[in-house]
Amino acid sequence: MYGYLFRRLIGTIPVMLVVAVFIFLMLRLTPSDPAAILAGDSATTEQVAKIRGQLGLDRPMVEQFFIWSAKVLTGDLGESFFFKKTVASLIGERIEPTLSLSLFTIVFAVLIAVPLGVLAAYRQGSWVDRIVMGFSVLGFSMPSFVVAYLLIYLFAVWLDWLPVQGYQRIAEGVGGWVRGLILPSLTLSVIFVALIARMTRTSMLEVLSEDYVRTARAKGQSERKVLFRHALRNAAVPIVTVIGLSIALLIGGVIVTESVFTIPGLGRLTVDAVTARDYPVIQAVVLLFSFVYVMINLAVDMTYTVLDPRIRY
Amino acid sequence: MYSFRKAILAATCVGSLVAMAAPASAQTTLRAVMHSDLKILDPIWTTAYIVRNHGYMIYDTLLAQDEKGAVKPQMVEKYEVSPDNKTYTFTLRDGLLWHDGKPVTSEDCIPSIKRWAAKDAMGQKMMSFVDTIDMVDAKTFTIKLKEPTGLVLLGLSKPSSNVPFMMPKRVAETDPSKQIEDFTGSGPFVFAKDEWKPGDKTVYVKFDKYKPRSEPPSGMAGGKVAKIDRVEWRAISDAQQAINALQKGEIDMIEQPSHDLLGSLKKDANIDVIVSPMLKNQYVFRPNHLHKPFDNPKVRQALWYAFNQEDFLMATIGDENYIKVCKELFICGTSFASAKGTEDILSSNFKKAQELLKEANYDGTPVVLMHSTDLKVLTNLAPVAKSLMEKAGFKVDMQSMDWQTVVARRAKKDPPNAGGWNAFLTAWVTADVLNPVSTGYLNSSCDKALFGWPCDETMEKLRDDFARTSDPAKQKEISEAVQKRNIEITAEIPVGEYVSPMAFRKNVKGLVIAPAPVFWNLEITK
Repeated sequence: MYGYLFRRLIGTIPVMLVVAVFIFLMLRLTPSDPAAILAGDSATTEQVAKIRGQLGLDRPMVEQFFIWSAKVLTGDLGESFFFKKTVASLIGERIEPTLSLSLFTIVFAVLIAVPLGVLAAYRQGSWVDRIVMGFSVLGFSMPSFVVAYLLIYLFAVWLDWLPVQGYQRIAEGVGGWVRGLILPSLTLSVIFVALIARMTRTSMLEVLSEDYVRTARAKGQSERKVLFRHALRNAAVPIVTVIGLSIALLIGGVIVTESVFTIPGLGRLTVDAVTARDYPVIQAVVLLFSFVYVMINLAVDMTYTVLDPRIRY
Repeated sequence: MYSFRKAILAATCVGSLVAMAAPASAQTTLRAVMHSDLKILDPIWTTAYIVRNHGYMIYDTLLAQDEKGAVKPQMVEKYEVSPDNKTYTFTLRDGLLWHDGKPVTSEDCIPSIKRWAAKDAMGQKMMSFVDTIDMVDAKTFTIKLKEPTGLVLLGLSKPSSNVPFMMPKRVAETDPSKQIEDFTGSGPFVFAKDEWKPGDKTVYVKFDKYKPRSEPPSGMAGGKVAKIDRVEWRAISDAQQAINALQKGEIDMIEQPSHDLLGSLKKDANIDVIVSPMLKNQYVFRPNHLHKPFDNPKVRQALWYAFNQEDFLMATIGDENYIKVCKELFICGTSFASAKGTEDILSSNFKKAQELLKEANYDGTPVVLMHSTDLKVLTNLAPVAKSLMEKAGFKVDMQSMDWQTVVARRAKKDPPNAGGWNAFLTAWVTADVLNPVSTGYLNSSCDKALFGWPCDETMEKLRDDFARTSDPAKQKEISEAVQKRNIEITAEIPVGEYVSPMAFRKNVKGLVIAPAPVFWNLEITK
C-alpha cells in the first residue's frame, strides 16, 4: 500500500505541471490586460505601458513562465498585482472561511443525505421513497444561487432568524461563526444531498437483496442493525466515492456561494482575481484547488481499504 | 454540580464586569457598500473612482470646489494672486496635522503637487505654465508661472481623478509611477491598514485631531466634520444582497444601488433614497479615429444624426426620474455647459445620416463595436448604438465581452480585424467632464490622446486657450467653441445623462451634496 501511495504522490507532479502550463497559457492568451485595469479609465497608453513593464508583462511569455515556475518551486507564489500583498498571505487570510463553509456543507450533506437514502431504499416504492427521489431531482435541477435567494428570503428576510450575508471569524465568536455559515452551507449542500441520497439509495437497494442481509434478519437482528451495521457498511464504497467527489465539486460551489453570501474566502478571492485579471492570484488558487482535488481523490482511494478489507493496493 | 454552579456564577460576574467596563457612549459605526471593492490605495497612481473616494477619506486638498463649482480655500487659509496673474501665494491654515501627529508644512505640499502633476492630465497641462514652486516658510509657498493660466486654481481644486491630495513629504517623494506604501494623510479619517481585508472590508476611524474649516460643508469645500467614529466599507458584490442587507439593517448605506432594484427600497419606510444632483453620469460614444471607417470625419459626422439620447437612456436606466436628455458636451447645469450648436443633432435624423454616409463614400466597412456585458449600467448601450447605426446605413459587428476585456482591448491601436476596435461606449462622472481640459476624451493630441486617438490642432489650440485664461466669461466662450469643434471632429458623442441615487437607512443623516461620495458630516441618529 505504501508503494501505491508513493506512486500516486509522484503521479501528482506531472498533473500539477500540466495544470500550471495550462492556466498560465490560458491567462496570457485571453484578451485582457491587468495593467490597463490597474491604470484606471483616464490613463494614457504610455501610462498603461509603464505599468505593464513594472509587472513584467512586457517580457516574452516563455520568460514569464520560467520566472513564475522557478518562484513557485521555491514556495514563492508571487505578489498580487492589485493588493500589493503576497499571494500566500492572501490565501492564508481566505482559507478559514472556505474550510469552514466546506466542512459545514459536507457535514450537512452527509447527515441529511445518508439517512434519507437508507430510508428511501428501505421503503422502496413508498411515498417516502418518492419524496426523497423527488427532492433529489429538484436538488440537482436548481442552480445554487436560486436556492440561496429562496433560503435568504425565507430565513433572513421573512423570518429574520439568520443574517443575510457576511462571515464572522471563529476567533470573534463561535455563535456568530455558526450563524453566518448556516444559510450558505445549506445552499451549497442541497445538490450534494441530492447526489449522495440517490447514490445511497441505489447502493443500499443492491445490498439489501444480498443473502447476508437475509441471514442477519433470520438471526433476529433489529431492522436498525440490519440497515446500518450490515447493509450500509457494505454499501459504503460507492457512497464514500460520491462524498469524495462532492468535496472536490465543492470547489466550484464555493465560488458562487461565497459571492452571494459575501464570504471572504478562496472562492470570492478567485472571482475577484479573475475579474481583475490578477494573474499571480489566479495561478496560485488554481494550482491549490488542483492539488486539493488530487489529494481528495487519493484519500478516497485509501478509504476503500478501510471500508472493504478485500481491496488491496 | 457544585463546581458547575460556581462556574456559572463566576462567568456571570465576569460578564457583569465586562459590561461595566464598556464605554459610556458606544462608538458609532457606519457600514457602507461602495460601487467597488478597494484594492489599490494610491489615488495618484490610478484614476479608479473607488481609490479617489478612499483619498477623500484620509487626505485633504489645498483648494476645493463648492457645490456651485466655485474654488474655495480648503487646507489653505488664503491664497493671493499677483497683479500680473503670474504668482500665486498659498498660506496654510494653523493646526493642520498629519495622522502621525506631525504638522503639515509647505515642504509637504510642494512634492505633493509635483507628484500629482506628474500623473494627472490637467496637472501636466498646469505644470507646462509653471516656472517654479518655492517654499517661503513652513506655512507659505508660491507658484510662479511663465505665463498666466486659470489652471492653477482649477487644477488644485480638481474634484475627481486624479485629485491633488496632499501627502507628507516622505510619501509625496515616491516615484509617481510606483505606488505609495505609507498611508498617512491629514484628512478627517485615518485608514486602519491592519483591518483592511480586500474582498471583505476597508475600515476608517475618525481622526480626532483633524481641524475642520468653520464654514458649512458645500461640495468638496467647507468644514469636513467627522461625526462618525468608524466607517466600514463592506465588499458586497451581489446587488440584491446589498439591498437585502440594507433593508435588514446589516449595513447603513449603498453608494450606487442598482436602478432596477430601487422600487423595493422606495417602498421601505426605513430607507431613504437620495438623489445627489452632483453625482450625475454622462454616457459617451467613443470612436477610434485611427481606422476605417471612423478615420473619415464625415462618417463620424453621420453618428450625430443617427443617435438619439432617449433610446440609450431608456434602454439602460429605464426610469425617467433618473435620466436627462442633454446634448451639451459638459454636464447640463454646470458652469461651461451650453446648448449652442446642438439644435439639429442627436434626434435620429436617419435621412441626414444616410446622406452623410453617401457623401463620405462609406463602403460598408463593418464597425467593430465593443459591447460590455457585465456592468449593468453599460450593458444595453451597445445594442442601442448598433440598432441606430444600422438604421442609418452602417454595417455593425458588435462583439460582446466583459468590461475588463474592453479596457484591455481599447488600449490597442491595431486594426479592428487584428484585435483592435472601432467604437465603444462608457460613462463619465460629472466631475470628470466639467471643462475642456479635464474632459479626457477631448484631448486630441494624436498619439498622446486617450484611446481613440483623435488628432486635431484646432481642438488642442482651443484647450490651450482655455488653460491660459482665468476669465470665466472667456472660458465659457472657449468651451462653446470646443463643443462646436467636437461636433465637427467627433472626438466623442454624449448620449445622455443619468443620476445614481444613494440609499441610506433612515437614521443616517447629513449627506453632503458633492461630486464624489463623502463621509464627513454624516451622522447616525437614534
